[in-house]
Amino acid sequence: MPDARALLDAFARRHRLHALEALPWVAAVAAYFAFPDYLALGAQILAVIIFALSVDLVLGYAGIVTLGQAAFFGTGAYTAGILAANGWGEPLTGLLAAGAMAGAIGLLSGAIILRTSGLPLLMQTLVVAAMLSEAANKGGRITGGSDGLQGMEVWPILGKFRFDMFGHTAYLYCLAVLAVAWIAVRALVHSAFGRSLTGIRENVMRMHAIGAPVDRRKLVVYTISAALAGISGGLIAQTTQFVGLGVLSLERSGTILIMLIIGGVGQLYGAFIGVPLYMIAQDRFSTIDPTYWYFWIGLFMVLMVVFAPGGVLGFFARRRARREKP
Amino acid sequence: MGDFLSIAISIAFHGLALAMVLYLISVGLSVTMGLMGFVNLAHGAFAMAGGYAMTTLMNRYGAPFWLALAAAVVIVGLASLVLERVLYRRFYGGGELNQVLLTMGLIFMSVGAATYVWGPVAQPIQLPQALRGQIDLGVRDFPVYRSFLILCGALLVTALWLALERTRFGVRVRAAVDNLAMAQTLGVNTSRLFALAFGLGSALAALGGGLGAELLAITPGYALDNLVYFLIVVAVGGMGSIRGPFVAALIVGVADTAFKYAAPELGAFFIYALTMGLLLWRPRGIFGPA
Amino acid sequence: MNAAGLETQGLCKSFGALAVATAIDFRLERGARHALIGPNGAGKTSFVNLVTGALRPGAGRVLLGGEDVTGLPQAARVKRGLVRTFQINTLFRRLSVLENVTLAIAERDGVAEDFVRPAGRHRAVIEEAFALLDRLGLAEEALRPVSELAYGRQRMTEIAVALGLAPKVLLLDEPAAGVPSGETATIIDLIERLPSEISVLIIEHDMELVFRLARRITVLVQGSVLIEGTPREIADDPRVRQVYLGERRHA
Repeated sequence: MPDARALLDAFARRHRLHALEALPWVAAVAAYFAFPDYLALGAQILAVIIFALSVDLVLGYAGIVTLGQAAFFGTGAYTAGILAANGWGEPLTGLLAAGAMAGAIGLLSGAIILRTSGLPLLMQTLVVAAMLSEAANKGGRITGGSDGLQGMEVWPILGKFRFDMFGHTAYLYCLAVLAVAWIAVRALVHSAFGRSLTGIRENVMRMHAIGAPVDRRKLVVYTISAALAGISGGLIAQTTQFVGLGVLSLERSGTILIMLIIGGVGQLYGAFIGVPLYMIAQDRFSTIDPTYWYFWIGLFMVLMVVFAPGGVLGFFARRRARREKP
Repeated sequence: MGDFLSIAISIAFHGLALAMVLYLISVGLSVTMGLMGFVNLAHGAFAMAGGYAMTTLMNRYGAPFWLALAAAVVIVGLASLVLERVLYRRFYGGGELNQVLLTMGLIFMSVGAATYVWGPVAQPIQLPQALRGQIDLGVRDFPVYRSFLILCGALLVTALWLALERTRFGVRVRAAVDNLAMAQTLGVNTSRLFALAFGLGSALAALGGGLGAELLAITPGYALDNLVYFLIVVAVGGMGSIRGPFVAALIVGVADTAFKYAAPELGAFFIYALTMGLLLWRPRGIFGPA
Repeated sequence: MNAAGLETQGLCKSFGALAVATAIDFRLERGARHALIGPNGAGKTSFVNLVTGALRPGAGRVLLGGEDVTGLPQAARVKRGLVRTFQINTLFRRLSVLENVTLAIAERDGVAEDFVRPAGRHRAVIEEAFALLDRLGLAEEALRPVSELAYGRQRMTEIAVALGLAPKVLLLDEPAAGVPSGETATIIDLIERLPSEISVLIIEHDMELVFRLARRITVLVQGSVLIEGTPREIADDPRVRQVYLGERRHA
C-alpha cells in the first residue's frame, strides 16, 4: 500500500511545529514594544500562563479534576517570597527553589490522595490547599499572615538586569521562563508518556488492561504540574515583590480553572488564549466596576458551560469538524 | 478537674450547636450528590440566600424573626426549584468537570450579587427575645440560642430519618439513590423526585443559613468561605446518606471547636488533617456505599 | 509435569452472600484452544476478572506459566503476557485505530516511559502497529477514530490491541458479542489463525463458535466447574444439556 507510507508519516509527524504555533510568541514580543505602559500586567499574564499550562497537564491531559492547584502556586510564591525577604534575593535560584518546594508538596500529597478519584479526590485537593492556606494564615512570623509577606528584595537577574518600575525586566524574565516551560510541556505532551496520559483520560480501564502503571503515571504528571505551578507562583512573587494569602485560596484555584476553560482544555494552547483574555478583561473591568467582577465572570462561566463547553479552541475545533464532514 | 469538665462541656455544647447548623445546611447537599450524582459546589449559596432573605426582611421591613425565617425558607426553596429546572437539570449524569465549572460560576455570581445588593459587611442579626439569654438545664446554664439549635438539629435528623424510612417519597429517594435505572423502570418519576429533593435540600440549607446566622456570619463570601466545611461533612459522612452527614457534622463541629480552643495557633489545620485521614480510610464516606 | 499456560487452584470469590466462584480448579494448557461456557450468571466474566487481577479472590491461587501471580496487580500480569479483551469494547474511542494499538505496543516495549522524545519518533512501534492492523484487515481505517467504525470493526480493533501486547495467554471475553452476523466471520477467522504458541481461552455463548474453535471446553455453573472435556464429551453429557435446556424452560 503506497499510501501507507504517507499515512504513517503523517501519524508520526503530529508533533511537528506548525506555523501557527509561532503566533503567541510573535504576539508576546510585539506586545513588549506596542504596550510599554502595560508591561507589569503583561509580565503577570505570562507568569499565569505557566500556571494554566500546569493545570492543563493534570486536567486536560490526565483527566484529573482538581480544585487545589493554588496549593502549589501558593507554595511556590511563598517559597520565593520568604527567600527574598530573608536575605536571599537571587531570582533564578529562588525560582528553582519555588518549583522544587511545590513539586515536593505535589509528590507528597499526590502519593497520598491520587489513589482516589471523583468527588473524594476533589475533596482531598481542596483539603490540601485549605491546610496550606491555614498554615500560611497562622504562620504570621514567617509568612506575614493576613497582611501578606513584606520586605521582599529581589536582586538583579544574573547580576545585571535590575527589576525596574516599568516592568521591562519583569516582562522579559517571565517571557523567557514561559518559553522554557512551554518547550518542556510541549515535549511532554507529544511524547509517548504524554500520549499515555491521554489514554488515562480517555479510558483508564483500558490503560490498566494494557499494562500501564496508571497510578505512577498520574503521580508523575501531578508532581510535574505542581512544580510548574510553583514556578508560576514564584514568578508572580518576584515580579510583584509581594505575596498575599490569596495565592493559596480556593478563589485562585477556581479562577485558573476558568481561565483555562475559556481557552480550551487539553489542547496545549488554551492557556495562551484564556489567560490573557481573562486577565485583560479583569484589568479593564477593575477601572469600571471592581466589586462586581465576580458576578460577571460567574455569569460568563455559567453561559460558557451551557453553550460553549469547549472554550475558544473547542469552538474552532467543532467548526473544523463540521466543515470536514462530507 | 471541675474546671476541665466545665470547659469540656462548653466546648461540646458549642461544637454541637455548630454541628447542627452544618448539618442543616449540608444534608441537602448530601442528597443532591447522592441522588443526582451532581457536585453542587454552590449549595452554600442557598444557605446564604436564606440568611440574607431573613435578615433583610427583619432589618429592612421589620418582620418578626420566625416569620422572616419561614418566608426566607419558602422563597429560597421555590427559587431553587426554578434554578433546578432551568439550569442544573442539563448537567445530571454529565461530566464532573462541567458541574464543577457551572457551580463555581454560580458561587462567583452569588458573591458578586450579594456584594452589590448588601455590601461587603456581615449582616447584623437580632435574635428574638425567646432565643436570647441563658437557660438552666439542671446542671448548669446554657445559652438558649445554641440549645435551640441543638434541639432543631436533633428533631430534623429524626424527622428526615422517619421521612426516608416511612413515607413513599422517602422510599423512592432511597431506591433512586441505590439504583437509578432500576427505580426508573419501576415507574418512579425521577425528574420530579430530583426537583422535590433539590427544593427540599435547598430549603433546609436556607433554614440552616438563617438559624445559624450568628455562628456562620452572613457575608457575600459565605458560599466560598464555608464551602470546604460543607463538602467535608458530605464527603466524610457519605453522599446520599441522611445519617452519615449527621455523624460527620458532629465530628467536624465538636472537633473544630475543640481544636480551635486547645490550639488556636493551628486553627482549622487539625480538622483538615482529620478529614484527610478519614477520607483515606473511607473514601466514600463513613456511611457511604462500601 | 509441564507448567500450564494458566492455572487456578481453589479460586474463590463472594460478594456478601453471592458466591461467584467456588473452589475453581482450572488448567489452560500451553497452546490450548479452550472455551469456557455456562448459562448467564455462571460467573464467567468474574472468573476472567479474578484471573486478570481486576478482582481480588477471597481464596485460591492464580498461576501464570507456573509463576504465582495471585498478589500481582493487573498491569503486572499484562507485562507477563496475560492479556484479555472485554465483553464490551473498551477502547479509546476518540483516538484513531492506529493510536489504540500504538499505545498498547508502547506500554509493552517500555517506550511509554519516555517523556522527552516525541511519540512519532518511535517509528518501530508505529510500523509494528500498522503491520498488525494490516494483517487484520484494518489498515484502511487506521487513522479514523474508533467511534466512527462499525461495531464489528471495533471488535477487531479490541482484538488487535490485545495482540499488540504479545500475549502468551489470551482471554477473549465473548469476542463475537454484539457483532452483526455478517461480520462475525472475520472474527472467527482471526481467532482460528492465531499463532499456536498463544494459549487461548474463549468465553462464549454462541455454541457454533465454541464447537468450531475449541479443543477443550469447561462448563461453569453458578461459580463452580460442572464438567470439563472435549467438545464431543460435553455435547453428549446429559448434565450439560439439563443446565442449558433447564434454563430455557424457565425463560
